[in-house]
Amino acid sequence: MGKNHPNVDPYIVSRVRALESLLLEKGILAPDAVDRVIQRYEADTGPMVGARAVAKAWTDPEYKRLLLDDSRTALARFDLDYAMLMVVENTDAVHNLVVCTLCSCYPWPVLGLPPTWYKMPAYRSRAVSEPRALLGEMGLDVPEQREIRVWDSSAEMRYMVLPQRPAGTEGLAEADLVPLITRDALIGVALVTPSAAAAR
Amino acid sequence: MDGVHDLGGMQGFGPVEREENEPVFHADWEAAVLTMMRAGGSRGLFNIDEFRHGIERMAPAHYLRATYYEKWLDGVTRLLIEKGVVGVEELAARRAFFEQRPDAPARAALSGPPPAREAPNPNWAQDVIRKTGATPRFAPGDAVLTREIHPHGHTRLPRYARGRRGVVHRCHGIHVFPDTNAHGQGEQPQPLYSVRFDARELWGESAELNQAVHIDLWESYLLPGR
Repeated sequence: MGKNHPNVDPYIVSRVRALESLLLEKGILAPDAVDRVIQRYEADTGPMVGARAVAKAWTDPEYKRLLLDDSRTALARFDLDYAMLMVVENTDAVHNLVVCTLCSCYPWPVLGLPPTWYKMPAYRSRAVSEPRALLGEMGLDVPEQREIRVWDSSAEMRYMVLPQRPAGTEGLAEADLVPLITRDALIGVALVTPSAAAAR
Repeated sequence: MDGVHDLGGMQGFGPVEREENEPVFHADWEAAVLTMMRAGGSRGLFNIDEFRHGIERMAPAHYLRATYYEKWLDGVTRLLIEKGVVGVEELAARRAFFEQRPDAPARAALSGPPPAREAPNPNWAQDVIRKTGATPRFAPGDAVLTREIHPHGHTRLPRYARGRRGVVHRCHGIHVFPDTNAHGQGEQPQPLYSVRFDARELWGESAELNQAVHIDLWESYLLPGR
C-alpha cells in the first residue's frame, strides 16, 4: 500500500458490502459483475492498446496521420471502438501533458485505469498552473524553448500523448517498440527511453 | 459549484507521489465500488454528470481526505438514496450486518441466490454526442471570452478559466450539457469546443514561459472575444 492508500478501513468495507448486497438483491448488480471487472482491468488492459497504437504510428507514417486525425478508425485496427479520443503529438516544439482538474477523467480504453497520483490533488492542481516545475519534480526537464501544452479533460473527450520516438531505436520493429512505451509517456509526464530497463 | 474538487491552480498539496508497481486495485472493495458505479450508470439509474456532481457534494474536508474509490462510494451511495433505489434504513441495517462480519462477502446478507441481469448500455458514460443540426457559433481561430459565472450547481467551466480570453482550437461536435444534465433539466446538447488559453492569460505574472492550456468548453460558457 502506498501513502495515498492508508486504509482498508472496516467502516468503508462495511459500507461497500452493504450497498453491494442491496444492489445484488435488487438485480442491479449481476452476481459475477465484480469478478468480471477485476478480470478485465487486472488481466486484459493496462496501457497496452495505447502503446501498440503509438508503436504502429512510429513505424507507419500513414497510420500516424490516421491516429492523429481520426483515432476511432485508427484504433479499430486493434479491435477497439473508441470514439472520444484525441491523440496529441509531441514534437521538438511542443510537449503535451494530460490532466483532469475537475475530477479524474482518463482514457481508460487505451491506458487502463489511472494511477493514483493522476487522481490526487497534488497533480491535478499544478498541472495547469506550473507544469514545467511539476514535470521537473517528476524527473522530466522540458526545455523552455519547448511549449508545454496542457489538455484539461473537462468534457467527455479524452487525450493521449503521441510521444517522440527516441534516438537509438531506428532498428527496432513495431513489436519491439511496444514494451518501451510506458503509461507515463502517454500521459506526458515522461519521455520514452530506448532502454526498457530505464523506463517506468 | 465553487467546490474543492475544482483544483486547477491551487497550491499546497505537496509533491506528486508515484507508487512503484502500483496494483490495479489496492483492495477488492475498490473493484466492487467501480462495478457498482458502472452498474448504476449502465442501467440508467444516474447519468455521468449526476455522478460527478454527487462526488462534488461531499463535505470539502472529506473530499480532500478520501481516496478515489471512497469518493465514488460516497457519490454512488448518495445518488442511489436520492433516486430511491436504496433506502437509508435498509442500508444502515446491512452496514450493521457487515460490521459484525467484516470478512463476509456481499452475498452473505442475501436469503437466496441473487437475480442475474446484464447491463443494457455499457457505453453509457461516453454516449454524449447528439446530432441536433445546430450550427456552431464559433469557428477555429475565433477569439472567445469565457463567462464569469459561479453557479451553485454542476459546471465544467473550471474556476481558473472564467472571465479569460482564449482562441477556439476546434469544435468537437454537439455534446450533452453537463450543467443541466446533472440536475434533471435535460441534455440540452450544444457545441463543444477545444479552447486554447495562453498561460499568461490564466496566471498573469506567475505564468511559466511558453505554456498554454486547452480546455473543452460548451458554447454557452463562451462569449465573442472581440
